[in-house]
Amino acid sequence: MNRFGILTKARQKRRGIPLLLALLAVFSLLAMSCGNDDDDAPAAPEATAAPEATQAPAAPEPTEAPAPDPRGDALGDGSLGIVTVSTGEGIQIRSLNAISGPVAFLGLPNQRGVELAIADYGDIHGFSVDLGTPLDDLCSAEGGQAAAQTIVADEQVIGVVGTSCSGAAVAASPLVTQAGMVMISPSNTSPALTSDFEGNPGESYNVGYYRTAHNDLVQGAAMANFVFSELGISAAAALHDGDPYTQGLAQAFSNAYEEVGGTTTGIVGINKGDTDMVPALTELATGSPGALFFPIFPPEGDHVAAQAPTVSGLEGTQLLAADGMLVDGFLELADSEGMYFSGPDLRFGSNVNQGTGRNADQILAAYEAAYGELPSAAFWGHSYDAATLLLDAIAAASWVEDGDLHIDRAGVRQYLSEVSGYSGVTGSLSCDDFGDCASQKITVIHHESAADIEASKNNVVYAYP
Amino acid sequence: MQLTAKQRTRVDWFLTILRVAALVLIGAGLVAFVAQVVDSNNPFARWANPDAINLTGRQFRDLVVAGLAQGAMYGLIALGYSMVYGVLGFINFAHGEVFMIGAVTGAITSSKLAEAGAWEDNFVLCLLLVVVLSMVVCTITAVIMERVAYRPLRGKPRLIPLITSIGVSFFLQNFILVLLGPGTKTYPRMPEWLTEKRTFLEIQGTRLLVLAAAAVAMVGLWYLVERTKTGKAMRAVAEDAEIASLMGIDVNRVIVKTFAVGGAMAGVAGILWGLLFNSVLHTAGFLPGIKAFSAAVVGGIGNLGGSMAGGLTIGVAESLGPLVILEPLGVSGPSQLRDAVAFSVLIIVLLVRPSGIFGERLPSEERT
Repeated sequence: MNRFGILTKARQKRRGIPLLLALLAVFSLLAMSCGNDDDDAPAAPEATAAPEATQAPAAPEPTEAPAPDPRGDALGDGSLGIVTVSTGEGIQIRSLNAISGPVAFLGLPNQRGVELAIADYGDIHGFSVDLGTPLDDLCSAEGGQAAAQTIVADEQVIGVVGTSCSGAAVAASPLVTQAGMVMISPSNTSPALTSDFEGNPGESYNVGYYRTAHNDLVQGAAMANFVFSELGISAAAALHDGDPYTQGLAQAFSNAYEEVGGTTTGIVGINKGDTDMVPALTELATGSPGALFFPIFPPEGDHVAAQAPTVSGLEGTQLLAADGMLVDGFLELADSEGMYFSGPDLRFGSNVNQGTGRNADQILAAYEAAYGELPSAAFWGHSYDAATLLLDAIAAASWVEDGDLHIDRAGVRQYLSEVSGYSGVTGSLSCDDFGDCASQKITVIHHESAADIEASKNNVVYAYP
Repeated sequence: MQLTAKQRTRVDWFLTILRVAALVLIGAGLVAFVAQVVDSNNPFARWANPDAINLTGRQFRDLVVAGLAQGAMYGLIALGYSMVYGVLGFINFAHGEVFMIGAVTGAITSSKLAEAGAWEDNFVLCLLLVVVLSMVVCTITAVIMERVAYRPLRGKPRLIPLITSIGVSFFLQNFILVLLGPGTKTYPRMPEWLTEKRTFLEIQGTRLLVLAAAAVAMVGLWYLVERTKTGKAMRAVAEDAEIASLMGIDVNRVIVKTFAVGGAMAGVAGILWGLLFNSVLHTAGFLPGIKAFSAAVVGGIGNLGGSMAGGLTIGVAESLGPLVILEPLGVSGPSQLRDAVAFSVLIIVLLVRPSGIFGERLPSEERT
């Protein structure tokens, strides 16, 4: 009884606090509902942008259509509108990558790959290419959505190279593609963004989305085959951190592993920011897996590698990870010795990009000269290829008329969808019906000594397919 | 506003239902777990979760030890929350950041020592040096914090220093971010004899060290508070600051000392964190800080033994809870619910004992 007496007294005295809290709650609700509105209605900006895009070129087209074939053999039927670039202006494309925060190591090389490709490619029909201000996807859905809205607000933009993260692409891809633009990602790997390779589109697939990075179904299958056939381990477990990318890859690994005949003893999730992995690892240990695949990122991955050997039941378990953990800081730790890492095939050798005639060594030399360091992540080449694909597509779908350049948005998509056997620095690119254009080659490396990490990075022990 | 008898019973009734429901849920989870351990094929275990996993005795013990080690750390941080609350009556939310600064100091000094080659050669001495340095840095941080941010607000309503402490917390986090960059700061490798499993119950040496260090720090603090003049003054100020100052106690000095001691405990906890997890980020103080605050409340805020007990309770609960209560009940992805378990402990304890396990209503509460 007394307790309540005190409570009510306290409440009377500080009536301001509940009021303040209520106000805060109302504001946050308002903010959330606004965010949701944008989320639910990606059609809204499109509805305003697309008709204008079609109307604007519709005006000049009928008057100039009767003229004797100024288009030449430029691709496209004009169904998505035609962008006119006046003399002296630049062709607008954009880079949308994770260039700040903890994932900047992934996004910066992507953006720089685009910059180098534009410089190497030169002008298109005498018109320069303008990348504008580099945009940041923040590696999150919110970041991807905000940046995509900035992009679609400018109707001159033809295409976007990005995003870096699958999570950002899920939000950005509908906005960009519905505005008639194309989006080519150098490092999205979630199967949800394209297809399952069996003719079923992923839940976040949009027409107009393409990528030069592999599909994680392939990476999962590569790891599953490696563990089962090469290492001869017949029971394995996987661990993810709840992110769509890590969850998808862990699931893909598990599915492929069961398919080749192995037994998945468990898939367990942790949270980003967790440090004590003992409970999650103990949960996995109860199934006595011979191998543990954790395709997550530092610093959580560091803790997994350090704590797994101390958990009863996981002492001799082989640890494996994906390219997310393939960073110098982790490889330098003794805990990572003996691990296997899967990732895209980076043995570019003498592959030549057909758009610019450059090979990997030349691009890397230019990269180091321009930015004073070597790329901090693996996808600079994929980004370079993505940019030249976009530039080639623009070249194939545009024509000069009265000194202005006209670009057919539908033609750009037509070119990209028909890409087949395109020689890129990352290999031979062919786009399937759902935008997967990569060569889909995965390699597994073996990390033998923390003292020599460069040797480990080149120590390819398995290639798939 | 006076509650009528009818309303009071209705609220009581509702609370009783909540208490019973929480206890029944925990009870059911425990029974399902025991059923599963006794015989994984018995009908009750299968009813609760058909694919329930079966922990071995060693795994169960490892979970308890990991929880105790983690909980001892929460307890050490909780002491700082509890002492400041006892003396000043407000929650210093920036205390988690003091802990983070301790862990970062440890990372920097220990890697410097490792570079000089001293870390491997003379680990014990180095560790002592690192602990002392971290305690000094944390003490200084806490004292400056008190001087700059809280002393000007002395005598203002409690809400004002509370909000200020949230601001201080963000300031310290970003200060470290700007100073040292966003990357992880790692500790050098611990010597083999420490990390390997000891013959004693096959528990990892680092965890034993963490528990021992926490016990030593706790005994030292108990001695300070209960057996020295300074401690007597602290208790007097906590009892009633006004009367204490009339008795000739310099209240401001006592408050500074309280912050200093709390900071030193956070410094020890920071090094223990480094020993357990080998790396630290500028954001590392936030979640442990919040959990330590919960631990202080669970144990009864203002009560030092209670803070340690609360820390151990939360540490063990979040380590065991997912696999011992949630998993047998068939909750999916239990390991992702660790934090939820930790905060559920807080809610359940408050439902059953609103003043915490060892808590008593402080006189200061009645004063305000």
